[in-house]
Amino acid sequence: MSGNRRIRILVAKPGLDGHDRGARVIARAFRDAGFEVVYTGCHQTPEQIVSTAIQEDVDMVGLSILSGAHAYSFPKVIELLREQKADDVTVIGGGIFPLEDIPVLKQAGIREIFEPGAKLQDIIDWVRTNVKPRQEVA
Amino acid sequence: MGGKMFSESAMERIEKEYKDWQEEYQKAVKKMPERLARFSTVSDLEVKALYTPADIANKHFSEEIGFPGSYPFTRGVQPTMYRVRPWTMRMFAGLGGAEDTNARFHYLIEHGETGLSTAFDFPTLMGYDAESPLARGECGKCGVAIDTVADVNRLFANINLEEVTTSMTINPPASILWAMYIANAENVGFSRKKLGGTIQNDCLKEFIAQKTLMLPPEPSLRLVVDTVEFGTREVPRWNTISISGYHIREAGSTAAQELAFTVYDGITYVEESLKRGLKVDDFAGRLSFFWNSHIDFFEEIAKMRAGRRMWAKIMKDRFKAQNPRSMMMRFHTQTAGCSLTAQEPYNNVIRTTTEGLAAVLGGTQSLHTNSLDEVYMIPSEEAARIALRTQQILAEETGVASVIDPLAGSYFVEALTDKMEAEATEYIRRLDEMGGMVAAIERDFPQMEIADASYAFQQQIERGDKVIIGVNKYPSERPELEFILKIDPELEKRQIERTQQFKDSRDKAKFAQAMGELRRRCEGKPSWENNVMPALIEAVRAGATEQEVCDLYRDVFGTYTDPGTF
Repeated sequence: MSGNRRIRILVAKPGLDGHDRGARVIARAFRDAGFEVVYTGCHQTPEQIVSTAIQEDVDMVGLSILSGAHAYSFPKVIELLREQKADDVTVIGGGIFPLEDIPVLKQAGIREIFEPGAKLQDIIDWVRTNVKPRQEVA
Repeated sequence: MGGKMFSESAMERIEKEYKDWQEEYQKAVKKMPERLARFSTVSDLEVKALYTPADIANKHFSEEIGFPGSYPFTRGVQPTMYRVRPWTMRMFAGLGGAEDTNARFHYLIEHGETGLSTAFDFPTLMGYDAESPLARGECGKCGVAIDTVADVNRLFANINLEEVTTSMTINPPASILWAMYIANAENVGFSRKKLGGTIQNDCLKEFIAQKTLMLPPEPSLRLVVDTVEFGTREVPRWNTISISGYHIREAGSTAAQELAFTVYDGITYVEESLKRGLKVDDFAGRLSFFWNSHIDFFEEIAKMRAGRRMWAKIMKDRFKAQNPRSMMMRFHTQTAGCSLTAQEPYNNVIRTTTEGLAAVLGGTQSLHTNSLDEVYMIPSEEAARIALRTQQILAEETGVASVIDPLAGSYFVEALTDKMEAEATEYIRRLDEMGGMVAAIERDFPQMEIADASYAFQQQIERGDKVIIGVNKYPSERPELEFILKIDPELEKRQIERTQQFKDSRDKAKFAQAMGELRRRCEGKPSWENNVMPALIEAVRAGATEQEVCDLYRDVFGTYTDPGTF
């Protein structure tokens, strides 16, 4: 493991909704916390997100969605990462979710879900505790 | 000078008494400090402890405050305001399939709603039919799924479209949904001359904030002007644009940014319509606006009052409008979704009531009050009813609608109104300097101003400088709600099948001909001869789906994707 590489994060917006306030705020907060951040912009398919995650060699993907389409797009991102043998990339989610969907998303491989009202500092602390820079490709 | 509200001798005495009070105040806060280091609005505008006639000493009553129904309309657009007719209670509704939303419309009308407002699902908003691979998981979730004129027929079944006015929140595909609305209304037997309503159709704020993106700015504006031109000639009671600050604010702007960017979007639509050869007084009276009413009570009222005054001056001085109607800023208001909390959701009723009251005191023409569960999901019937009842209680129990613009003359509200106007006017100067809104959008200017404001606000929340009850003060867990709307997961499949059947049954030759004519007009130079609307009405009658027209648009005009800056 490389000691000097900073944690690289992809903030991604799957689905068709344009509610990007949360995504853009968390992207800035991650950057200010010293992480390297790539942001996809709105309206990304799971395929586009996974392709960007691999191309950018990120350690974590943060998915932000408020359209209610998470039940489709979140597990799809996990599935595609597995197919690409990149399932060591940590995936977390933020947005609006019915309570009963949260265990289902975690079961599918989403490591943590942050709901409305989550503190930026708590999310940053979670990343520092749970995400390590992945092994650099030789 | 004539018209000033206080004489010089009165002002001298007031200023002396003010100094005395200030000394008292300073002595008091030395013993017991103020409870905050700094008092500011939710937009972070600093406010003083007390306002006096000195804050409005230079105001000219007749020129700047005046009377409702008269220039500069600071106090309201009609002389009578709510004394004759209260604001239109227009609840934003859309869920599942067309029948589900039609049932909700009837439910709301039965409970006293006075206007309709349609929320479409994301595939419809983005110009995709339910069958598109990009629509997976979205069908009917955040609004109603509409692909065809047959869906529109089901959506408005058994509603008298000459009596009720209908608002449709739709932007890049606005021309198409409007064409479907007109085609359906005429099929049912209503006259287009008598149809009243609004399409949001405000493409500029999509680039700035809402991000329902489809076409680049230039062709987007061309389609907007096509609708303005068509409405002016053919559908005279229709508001062809709802120039919207709502989404700018939800994206995190300040009140002054919301005001400034929205008014500048309005300026741009007027300029573009004039370039087409339209006369300002022929179309400007059908432009309408849409504000957010956020949690900071007085700031919102001041913003709405300042907006009316600014628009009146701009239309008169910048565009030389003659007809007073062209100078009137008529607007819809929605309470702030972003002010609601998932924690202790019943508190959202109190927030919405406060915001709704601000909209009424700000002189809104119509109002949507958010439901307490909108932070979880689109509203359940039970929560929507509470939200509608909130408006009815404001209108009929509290007495707040009895007196027109009751806060006029408040030293604070008048000073804050001036402050809003001054801040927004400074933005307008900067936008003029940049060469207009399209140039500013290309420079990412309004987008980054909003991102800066929303990040600054979030940091204030983190530090506790701004309080959200149940979130960063008296924190609480998110509970289960007793009522929560569920969308049928089978809907997507049903909608895809239904649209396929619709396409299978259409006259292929007629359809191809109508789409050919539409393409010819899109490819032609913007003009009345090439206005898309008449061809679009024919095309949707001939069975064109929303996505088929949007695919044609995307093919002719190109596409625009979110640059993803933060």
